[in-house]
Amino acid sequence: MKKSIFLGTLAVAGLAAGLASAQTLAEVQARGTLKCGSNEGLAGFAAPDANGNMQGFDVSLCRAIAVAALGDAQAVEFVPLTSQTRFTALAAGEVDVLVRNSTWTFSRDTDLKLDFKGVNYYDGQGFMVRSDLGVSSARDLDGATVCIQTGTTTELNLADFFRVNNISYEPVPVQTNAEGQQQYLAGACDVYTTDVSGLAATRATFEDAASHIILPEIVSKEPLGPVVRHGDNDWGDIVGWTLNALIAAEEYGVTSANVRELAAAPTDNPEINRLLGTEGELGAMLGLPNDWAVNIIAAVGNYGEIFEAHIGENTSVGLARGLNAQWTDGGLMYAPPFR
Amino acid sequence: MADTTEMPQDKFRLSQLLYDARYRSMTIQVVAAMLLMLSLAWLVDNTIQNLAALGKDFSFSFLGTTAGYDINQQLIPFTSQDTHARAALVGILNTLLVAFLGCVLATVIGVLAGVLRLSKNFVVSGIMTVYVEAMRNTPLLIWILIVFAVMTEATPQPRDFREGGGAEMILWDSVAISNRGVFIPKPLWGEGSGLVVAVFLLSVGAIFALRHFARKRQEQTGAQLPVFRLSLALFFLPALLTYFVMGGPITLELPELGGFNFDGGIQIRNSLIALWLALSLYTSAFIAEIVRSGILSVSRGQTEASFALGMQPNRTMQLVILPQALRVIIPPLISQFLNLTKNSSLALAVGYMDVRSTLGGITINQTGREIEGILLLGSFYLIVSLIISSFMNLYNSSVKLKER
Amino acid sequence: MSKQSSVAFVRREMLPPAPPPPGQAGVLRWMRENLFSSVTNTALTILSLYFIWSVLASIMPWTLNGIWVAGSLTECREIRDARGLETAACWAVINERWLQLLFGFYPTDDKLLSSLFYAEPLATAGGLEAVFGAASNATDRIEFVGMMKGDLSNFTIFLFGYWRPLLAVALLVVAVAPILYSSLPRSLLFFSMLYPFVGVFLFWGGSIWGPMTVAIGLAAAFFIGRFFAKRFGLLGGGIAAVAAFIFIFLNPLPFIDHGGLFPLFPHVKDVLHSIIPFGLSAIPSDQFGGFMLAIIIGTSGIVLSLPIGILLALGRQSTMPFIRWVCVTFIEVIRGVPLIVWLFVASTLLKYFLPPGSSFDALLRVIILVTLFASAYIAEVVRGGLAALPTGQYEAADSLGLDYWKSMQLIVLPQALKISIPGIVNTFIGLFKDTTLVVFVGLRDPLGLTNAIRATGEWNGIYWELYIFVALLFFTFCFFMSRYSMYLERKLQTDRR
Repeated sequence: MKKSIFLGTLAVAGLAAGLASAQTLAEVQARGTLKCGSNEGLAGFAAPDANGNMQGFDVSLCRAIAVAALGDAQAVEFVPLTSQTRFTALAAGEVDVLVRNSTWTFSRDTDLKLDFKGVNYYDGQGFMVRSDLGVSSARDLDGATVCIQTGTTTELNLADFFRVNNISYEPVPVQTNAEGQQQYLAGACDVYTTDVSGLAATRATFEDAASHIILPEIVSKEPLGPVVRHGDNDWGDIVGWTLNALIAAEEYGVTSANVRELAAAPTDNPEINRLLGTEGELGAMLGLPNDWAVNIIAAVGNYGEIFEAHIGENTSVGLARGLNAQWTDGGLMYAPPFR
Repeated sequence: MADTTEMPQDKFRLSQLLYDARYRSMTIQVVAAMLLMLSLAWLVDNTIQNLAALGKDFSFSFLGTTAGYDINQQLIPFTSQDTHARAALVGILNTLLVAFLGCVLATVIGVLAGVLRLSKNFVVSGIMTVYVEAMRNTPLLIWILIVFAVMTEATPQPRDFREGGGAEMILWDSVAISNRGVFIPKPLWGEGSGLVVAVFLLSVGAIFALRHFARKRQEQTGAQLPVFRLSLALFFLPALLTYFVMGGPITLELPELGGFNFDGGIQIRNSLIALWLALSLYTSAFIAEIVRSGILSVSRGQTEASFALGMQPNRTMQLVILPQALRVIIPPLISQFLNLTKNSSLALAVGYMDVRSTLGGITINQTGREIEGILLLGSFYLIVSLIISSFMNLYNSSVKLKER
Repeated sequence: MSKQSSVAFVRREMLPPAPPPPGQAGVLRWMRENLFSSVTNTALTILSLYFIWSVLASIMPWTLNGIWVAGSLTECREIRDARGLETAACWAVINERWLQLLFGFYPTDDKLLSSLFYAEPLATAGGLEAVFGAASNATDRIEFVGMMKGDLSNFTIFLFGYWRPLLAVALLVVAVAPILYSSLPRSLLFFSMLYPFVGVFLFWGGSIWGPMTVAIGLAAAFFIGRFFAKRFGLLGGGIAAVAAFIFIFLNPLPFIDHGGLFPLFPHVKDVLHSIIPFGLSAIPSDQFGGFMLAIIIGTSGIVLSLPIGILLALGRQSTMPFIRWVCVTFIEVIRGVPLIVWLFVASTLLKYFLPPGSSFDALLRVIILVTLFASAYIAEVVRGGLAALPTGQYEAADSLGLDYWKSMQLIVLPQALKISIPGIVNTFIGLFKDTTLVVFVGLRDPLGLTNAIRATGEWNGIYWELYIFVALLFFTFCFFMSRYSMYLERKLQTDRR
């Protein structure tokens, strides 16, 4: 029935067969949209609003990359991926970039043949329990039933944590955050474990958020960041430096409000000038127009603005900057110099 | 049949390959084989190229590495330090477990529903019709989710079993139905329990021998033995006697509330129950239809003839209708078992750790070996289904022999 | 007879039948015979009645007290408590989201909606071009559409915003009708053949020349084949048709020339489009979702799998051992592995098997795998039909001197397929139900959408209402299909007796 699409694709496939597969940027530009692997629903990070438009912290990074590659923040197709399907989808070329709370680990970077291009959120795995359970430390959880998303690093961390502390637990594997939330709220598990940011985002949607606590133990380092396929370094550079531009913009005080003004003429600060393309040819080195960073910041804001808009303390998710503050404020956000 | 007449043996011409019926089928087959080889080679070549582009290789060595994750339901011991291969084995056993349980329950419900649907009782057959139609016309996945939601939302949490929680254990405090699963007593095999089991097995064997003997005797002399009562006595008495003589070696460990959950006893997890129930209910509707049409396929004259011989309705069912209906019923029944086994891969929806979730899910995800993992997964299901369908073929050929 | 007349008295007229004794007639008797004929039966009846009563008693209050208008689950619960009800369904979620469950995130035709029903605000916003034109601001447009949808009723949006999928489904019914009901005029079959292109155009949009040229190309390949078949026999015709097909749609000469004249299809399409640019807005398949997705995957799977399935069934009966072996292997391998594993293959492995750089969208890959999957089942159904045909039919065709394809085409297949239609419909029902599995490969089928709806703050924690709605959707569809297949079976039975 869908013959035409099928044949059309075959025809295109025949034409494209000779091209190298490593030119993601060219593919994206030919397609006109960026395919961004995203969470299927995690409040604050990636969730559709009432009209079906994706919003969130991770979503904004996708939009920023779309601005860099295509000049249009709306030219993104969000491909919802579960934690189980995300890496296979990326490796199979189903998405161009994966921004889905994915932890940067050694084996993923090497063995899975993926490239992590930076960190947009420093996270750690935590535990959420009902406050009336009377548990104050994760070490008290002997014999507890734990809901956990399968196919995540948290699964491995969890096994390690309980083994090292020599206490037992019963894992209840769930597919999605929504399912984990359902099981946890119904009392089918005592503990819900995932990244602390995810816990906070989940708790934010509860009716009685106050009666759930996040235990103080952070059992792992979870640097979350955008991921691309191994091998296409040009595309990896674009993704990585888009993120760095967002972080650097905050450091230099470039916001969506003042970026046009700052970009109109060279300022006293050469870093800003190079970032915004009023000095040097940094854009061309990436194969992009020279004002790429200007467009990004104008469209989505700098890192701090994105953080505050979607997951900051004034939102329902209510996360403090913590480790994710600029290095100048005692955090870990440290963009390499634009030079 | 072109060569039945005496043909002059001409020298072979090339056009004979196409136009001579003796050679044409060979030509077609050779061409088809070549095309098949070519397309397979194309696929393999593409795969090799794609793998090379990603820098991956094709190897099953990942099966020997540490899995790193835990599995809640294990029929054989498993820790996170065991290998991926063992994790796959745990998953396979879980799949086989739920498939076996499902087949048994689905057959029981299905036969019941199928027979009741033929009942003259309007109310009973009406209920069964509604049941069968509702099950057959709604996707299995929805049923699994609904049953799972019932299990998690409508049953009490373990902490509700505490004082004043409003929930109570049933069957003299031995079984607890909670939203984490059903906790049942666990038998503890003490010293000498092996003897009890052995005696029990022997007496089961004796029951079969008794029935055989009784039938022989009835055929030869016409005298009937009280088979049912004797079997009942054989079933219980020797084993119970040994049990008491040995001083009660088998005891039950009752589930008790611990810190977070019930301790002791056997936990039948909700995921297993939901999957098991949903698979059985869904499949039973199809089995009911098979049973119904099987019974209807036996012509009415058979019933009338057996009534004319003065047989009771239940004897008629047992001796005349069922043996004939079974021939129609069993082949599609076996393919329903096959379907149920394959459908058990929907375990994914409720987090039951079957082979699809361990080998085909977490292992693939942790190691990035999609091709190898799916290959193994597919082969497993294929082997299971080939085994089941070879049973079906065996049965088919065994009933075929009796045909005239 | 004459002997009887000697008897003293013979009654000449019939007595009116006496009324049956009380308790032997009407409802009472029926009840006694059917419901209370024996102790077991009475017990069964009472048990069943109790069962029905208890089920209804637990479900009905919840269903009937349902709350239809509320903005969120919390609001629902407040309304319920305010009314003093113990349980109440929150149907408001269906009321608010039914369009999403039906169509997923398929875009509405906002231009049509706004110019028909939202003319004044549209004028204030600056007219069609200012809002929807190429130069318009995306954020403003989204805001405008959001406002419009807030003001319009869901039913208006359903009828006019989704006219494309609605029309496509309505035409699908028209296209399928002549196949399912033999009493309809045969000329409608022409439309059935045309429908795939119409359907693709309506669902996916884009230039009308896409589906048009494909249709023309296929027809061209067919007629070229037929032309050559008349001159050089069946084999020559077949080769010519395949060659024409390859030259039109695929490039057979990748080694010689990449971007030359071949394949013809893209060139012709572009030329035609530049002459008469006409089309609907193109909609990528990742925006497809909801029940519509189930219909698309189900129907295209079954339609595409029919020819493959028939060929496989014929191959399985072939006298050539190699062909038979290949077909049996294919069928058994496909049927032996669960659909969910095949879907997994579609979503992850298919990419590896195709040439580097080729890309398919997710929906298309799923349709391909579903087609292969269904074709194995169809093959078994058709094989049953072939086997049910009396051997005399095959022999009669042979004795007429028909060759293999002619005898299949004229004698065997028409009869075998007719017997197989109920089985095919049943396969379709099964496939249709199985489309819910695509949720595992990330497509937004109705069940996937229930997850998405639950992920929002307002409807967090709502299950039953959504599951029941989705279950009812599927039930209605499948139930009528199965009734149809039963009707057909009965009709076929009388045909043969």
